Amino acid sequence: MLHSPVDRVAEATPRAIAKRFRGLSDRSLAWLFVAPTIVLLLAVNIFPLIWTIRLSFTNFRVNRPNAEVEFVGLKNYISILSDKDIWLTMQATAHFLIWTLVLQVLIGFALAYLINKKFRGNDLWTTIIVLPMMLSPAVVGNFWTFLYQPQIGLFNYAVGFLTGADPSSFSMIGDVTLAPWAIIIVDTWMWTPFVMLICLAGLRSIPDSIYEAAECDRASKWRQFWTITIPLVLPFLMLAVLFRGIENFKMFDLVVQLTGGGPGSITELTSINLKREAFEKWRTGYASAYAVILFVTVFGLASIYVKALNKVKQR
Amino acid sequence: MSSYSVTEPSRRQKWVAGILVVLYALITILPLVWIIGTSFKTPSDAIAYPPKTFFTPTVEGYVNVFTTRTRLTEEQLRAIGEPQTWYDRLVRKDGLVISGPSRFAERFTNSMIIGFGSTVLCIVLGTAAAYAFSRFKVPLKDDLLFFILSTRMMPPIAVAIPIFLMFRSLGLSDTHAGMILLYTAVNLSLSVWLLKGFIDEIPIEYEEAALIDGYTRFQAFYKVVLPQAATGIASTAVFCLIFAWNEYAFAVLLTSGNAQTAPPFIPTIIGVSGQDWPAVAAGATLFLVPVMVFTILLRKHLLRGITFGAVRK
Amino acid sequence: MNFRHSKSLAAFAAMLAAGVAGTSHANAKDLTLCWAAWDPANALVELSKDFEAKSGVTMKFEFVPWPNFADRMLNELNSGGKLCDLMIGDSQWIGGAAENGQYVKLNDFFDKEGIKMDDFIPATVVGYAEWPKNSPNYWALPAFGDVVGWSYRKDWFERPELQAEFKQKYGRDLAVPKTFAELKDIAEFFQKREIDGKTVYGAAIYTERGSEGITMGVMDVLYSYGFQYENPDKPYELDGFVNSAKAVQGLEFYKQLYDCCTPPGHSDAYMSEDIDAYKSGQVALQMNFAFTWPGINADANVGGDKSGYFPNPAGPDGVAFAQLGGQGISVVSASEKKDDALAYIKWFAQPEIQQKWWQMGGYSALRKVVEDPGFATSQPYAQTFLDSMAIVKDFWAEPAYASLLQAAQKRFHDYVVAGQGSAQDALDGLAKDWTQVFDDDGKY
Repeated sequence: MLHSPVDRVAEATPRAIAKRFRGLSDRSLAWLFVAPTIVLLLAVNIFPLIWTIRLSFTNFRVNRPNAEVEFVGLKNYISILSDKDIWLTMQATAHFLIWTLVLQVLIGFALAYLINKKFRGNDLWTTIIVLPMMLSPAVVGNFWTFLYQPQIGLFNYAVGFLTGADPSSFSMIGDVTLAPWAIIIVDTWMWTPFVMLICLAGLRSIPDSIYEAAECDRASKWRQFWTITIPLVLPFLMLAVLFRGIENFKMFDLVVQLTGGGPGSITELTSINLKREAFEKWRTGYASAYAVILFVTVFGLASIYVKALNKVKQR
Repeated sequence: MSSYSVTEPSRRQKWVAGILVVLYALITILPLVWIIGTSFKTPSDAIAYPPKTFFTPTVEGYVNVFTTRTRLTEEQLRAIGEPQTWYDRLVRKDGLVISGPSRFAERFTNSMIIGFGSTVLCIVLGTAAAYAFSRFKVPLKDDLLFFILSTRMMPPIAVAIPIFLMFRSLGLSDTHAGMILLYTAVNLSLSVWLLKGFIDEIPIEYEEAALIDGYTRFQAFYKVVLPQAATGIASTAVFCLIFAWNEYAFAVLLTSGNAQTAPPFIPTIIGVSGQDWPAVAAGATLFLVPVMVFTILLRKHLLRGITFGAVRK
Repeated sequence: MNFRHSKSLAAFAAMLAAGVAGTSHANAKDLTLCWAAWDPANALVELSKDFEAKSGVTMKFEFVPWPNFADRMLNELNSGGKLCDLMIGDSQWIGGAAENGQYVKLNDFFDKEGIKMDDFIPATVVGYAEWPKNSPNYWALPAFGDVVGWSYRKDWFERPELQAEFKQKYGRDLAVPKTFAELKDIAEFFQKREIDGKTVYGAAIYTERGSEGITMGVMDVLYSYGFQYENPDKPYELDGFVNSAKAVQGLEFYKQLYDCCTPPGHSDAYMSEDIDAYKSGQVALQMNFAFTWPGINADANVGGDKSGYFPNPAGPDGVAFAQLGGQGISVVSASEKKDDALAYIKWFAQPEIQQKWWQMGGYSALRKVVEDPGFATSQPYAQTFLDSMAIVKDFWAEPAYASLLQAAQKRFHDYVVAGQGSAQDALDGLAKDWTQVFDDDGKY
């Protein structure tokens, strides 16, 4: 991922020529170009992160400016990791994450595969399919509470129409077993197009010549699919999974508007839980420790994943 | 057919694929059509059972999203006399009068300022950094690039606490400048990575030729690379805009009266009692228009943008 | 488009532009009042025009809908924001706002202007103005009295065929319930009944998860069943009071009511969802704050004679209490316009303004208004409001109220809606959570 063709070109260029072409100001120009980005990221991302880490060892509360701030060591971390309820929110997040990824990859890839058949008007229909992605997740979540309403909602009505069930006999966001699926359905509706676009890009990047060669070897279509299409699209698919994974690990807006974490705490994802601690209970120190744990988790998972992705790409 | 190709799908395959895709598109577009449809319903049509597919359209939802209304008693209504304008008449039939504009126009303006402001800043900084990463030997390049990507992994709620404290002490709480900086920082990872992909694809020979012609490095960047990267920049801008336009968590936590954008506002539109679904739908529809137009105009380049420019054909 | 039309469109656009411009440039003489976005707030806008005319100060309003109200406004107070000069904050915030110096203490101002707290309904003074409770330290002026009560479909209750059927089934008349057990009978009676060709349901109650909904509803019932927040003789001793046998019985009742008699999909309902259910003719009974009653009374579908109102019924022991709502108006310490803000409160406290406030749909807490002989009959719901105001109790108003509330929201929703564990488990857990919060706060 990090070794683009241009890097290779640059490395292959003889030093003397490179020097003449780039001139002496290159180094300063490079810094001039990179510095603003790095400075901004340090100020808005890294500095707050360090601050969070520092706060995570204290009992600080934003809403008690007069209270004394004490250093509490690892107390916050211990109480979070030993909290049964927090493990439940982690499970809810994992359930949401895994199912949305599975569904979006399957449907997204299938759609891309079909669109790549280049039927007439595929461009127009692709644009239509992409539209849900353009909406604000908070607005989507809010509006789906309306679509999910048992009596007046479109979703229950459509399900009732198709299956003959009474639309008011089930409630997607009020039922303990259905609510986790309610959020998965909406996220899948909204973000499958994203996975589809990436897969489509992958499919279109496969040169026709490879298939032509396979055809000469009399490989069956089925075999071509598994030995050519899938391996060559895999890096793209993995990229899609990385993006969606990171986004859904952080999921907040859509679900908070859709279910508010309910019923009970069935759909209370970690971000929602964290928001309650940080901005409703105002337990700043505790919430900071929580945030650090989440960040370490996602960072760790993503690093392992990126390594695997790079391996696949190099194959 | 004269030019038979092994990779060209058969007619039947095209038909089957076409039907399946169109079917999916129709299902997936239905909630969106429903939102737009609801925006033209009256509140009572919106909550009718069974759901109404055919109804008499009204712009009540659009009037409601832009105004606040008050219920007056019979005698007060008589005292102010007949409604003067079409929008007054529209709300008067429910015994209401318009008491003033709502905050929607203001929130929408904030979204414009913050959304486009951060997009521009993000593109400027991102292009510069991407160019440097693409063309120069930057020390620790791979680490820096991964560092930039990693900033996107932090849950917004997690960094919101210290940002909240930081903004409070710098006086950036609830300001346009603060939100623009914040969204720019969040989007920079995306913009640097996307743009690096696009710039990588521009043959280095063009610049070399320009340098030989006596251009300085900066001129070469400005006059040769930038025009070549225009479509890439445009599609990156769409992605940055979509994010900044639709962002909710930071907006709801860090802004209130002054700089709040529309996404936290739209779900909270309520009527004189209960949630005013037509008004919510009207707000959502209006809010969708700018990004939708932008997206449709640039749809050809989206595909490249979304893969970090990794498509090589 | 004809000329007239385009002109009015332009007028519409101009009005919107005025809205944008008006708020982006802070006028020297203006005040911003923050409150929840609901009917009474719109009425206050109308009422305040009198103040604007008399003082020359332009009033601006920041109204946030209920589900986000506490979040947004506490965020504003905690960040020391200058958005709000006047805050009509929820009753439970008073402890935190007072202890952290976010509200201006009003005792001196009241003394100087001759505003006496004795002139206001006692429950509202304790609930909205005092911290610590029952001490003469005032941080707000009672602005809007509110309390949970019930509205019901009088027209359905009066149908002879339903009356006969009810009498046969339950051996008594179909009338306003005196106890919660009776209320449940009525709700069961209406559940899934066919009325005028539409399926209707028993009761709309509070079940919202995100902010404070289900707690307000559950507490409303628990009080009458004998729930107590703490040992009356030993503050902050919770075990055995919060989770007493009576409290458990009350919580079980709430779950039964939720399971048997609410409309489908009623799993996340608060004020606005309940109004929707009631106004659309879905339910026979509605639990809601009194602020909804003027709107119901004026409604085209269910207004006028079609609806009646009654205060919270009694629990098994015959005692009845009701959950207090409502707010006081305070001056925000961070404001730079405290004098103008105080002038507004002075204007608002005048008896004739309070009288007008009531007429416009605002529940005045001024005794002169509510004790007026004509008050009880001035509106169909006025007597119910008075009866309800006499039996109020409120949730914790401690600085840690948000943590206490969050714990209650989770425990109640887990049990009532998600059906996890028993009522005993839920209240034992709640007592433990609350003890923990007070422990962290050093209240022991």
